[in-house]
Amino acid sequence: MTAAQMEHEITLTVNGFAVSERVEARRHLADFLREDLGLTGTHIGCEHGVCGACTVLVDGEITRSCLTLAVQCEGKSVTTIEGISDSGAVADLQEAFRARNALQCGYCTPGMVITASVLLDAEEMPDREEIRDHISGNYCRCTGYHAIVDAVETTLKARAEAGR
Amino acid sequence: MKPAPFAYAKARSVAHAVELLSAHDDARIIAGGQSLVAMLNMRLAAPEILIDINDIPGLSEVSVEDGFLRIGALVRYAQAQRSPLVSTHAPLIARAIPHVAHAAIRSRGTLGGSVAFADPAAEMPACMLALGARIVIAGVDGEREVAIDDFFKGLYETAIGPAEMLVALRLPLHGPSRRVAFGEYARRRGDYAMVGLAATARAQGAGLADVRLAYFSVGLNAVRAQGAEAALEAGDVEGAVAALDGDLDPDGDIHASRDTKMHLAGALLRRVAAELSEAAQ
Repeated sequence: MTAAQMEHEITLTVNGFAVSERVEARRHLADFLREDLGLTGTHIGCEHGVCGACTVLVDGEITRSCLTLAVQCEGKSVTTIEGISDSGAVADLQEAFRARNALQCGYCTPGMVITASVLLDAEEMPDREEIRDHISGNYCRCTGYHAIVDAVETTLKARAEAGR
Repeated sequence: MKPAPFAYAKARSVAHAVELLSAHDDARIIAGGQSLVAMLNMRLAAPEILIDINDIPGLSEVSVEDGFLRIGALVRYAQAQRSPLVSTHAPLIARAIPHVAHAAIRSRGTLGGSVAFADPAAEMPACMLALGARIVIAGVDGEREVAIDDFFKGLYETAIGPAEMLVALRLPLHGPSRRVAFGEYARRRGDYAMVGLAATARAQGAGLADVRLAYFSVGLNAVRAQGAEAALEAGDVEGAVAALDGDLDPDGDIHASRDTKMHLAGALLRRVAAELSEAAQ
């Protein structure tokens, strides 16, 4: 049982590695990843849950790391853009982003890739409207989204072809 | 954009959470945290202690009991969206959830948290009002139930006392003669609505009875449009739209002026009335 303290020891899994750190209760997960673990691929945009730049996976579900306290991640498994990049899990999606110019400044891209990554395993292939709906919580101020939807759709189609 | 310092404790049980609430003057419950952490980050809230209820067993279930659908305080939007019990027994909730923010918010956000937070622009408080839900609240003396019509007290204020917590939502089960409809106008997908409407009714012959129209984003809380309800029961859709002038009193905000909100409220009502009158759902 955790006592009511301002600081807590937490143990969790980040990108497959066990991590134990002492954190302030007020430390949100995005700052924990960036400042305490040096995983700066998780970007911070608005810091109140609107822009999606800080999206990570917590126990496999897309999650706003700015709206999640690090202390709440005790025992959980967190995956960041570094994790899914290094594992090669989204290499095809990343290549499609590059090929289709689905990024310009790149600030939103880690969150965008993480958010889109959970679509790649969906049982039913989403159409463009559903892709747009799914990424609607991730702001991009450069591309106008069209190229991002193209990149996600291209990857989904290629995976569906390969799986046939 | 960083929260002010606060202490944090994980509650083991509802009784423990209530005990912690009683022991601190300025405590807040955290469930999904999708509204609260944003407020902490912006320092719109700066509690002395957060009491985390996420590890309390038994609050994450959806079940049917005593003729009600019971949704525990920790049931998340994503979970409710996948739940066959919710789609069968509370189709209004299933209709509304896709309008709640975005997928990543729905991963963690809870239905109970939305009702307890009582944001006037949120979908769930209005759905509860339309459904005639009962809110289960726990305090030091055990549990009590509050009818939704007595639950909302003002801006972000509810019947939940300072040393109490919401533990479940109880919704009357959907039935063959029940009709539900939902609509909202938002600037962008996932934004808070400029105006929204959750509605239920009972089909009676060619008409409607027991109409409940719950608007959101038009006042301090989700609010029923009782003049319009009576007009719809009398089969008068345009009369219902006219009655909104007496039912609603929205202030304009950065998204829409008062006139725009009133116009959209009428447009939504026509749409929702047509949906309620459609054949069996």
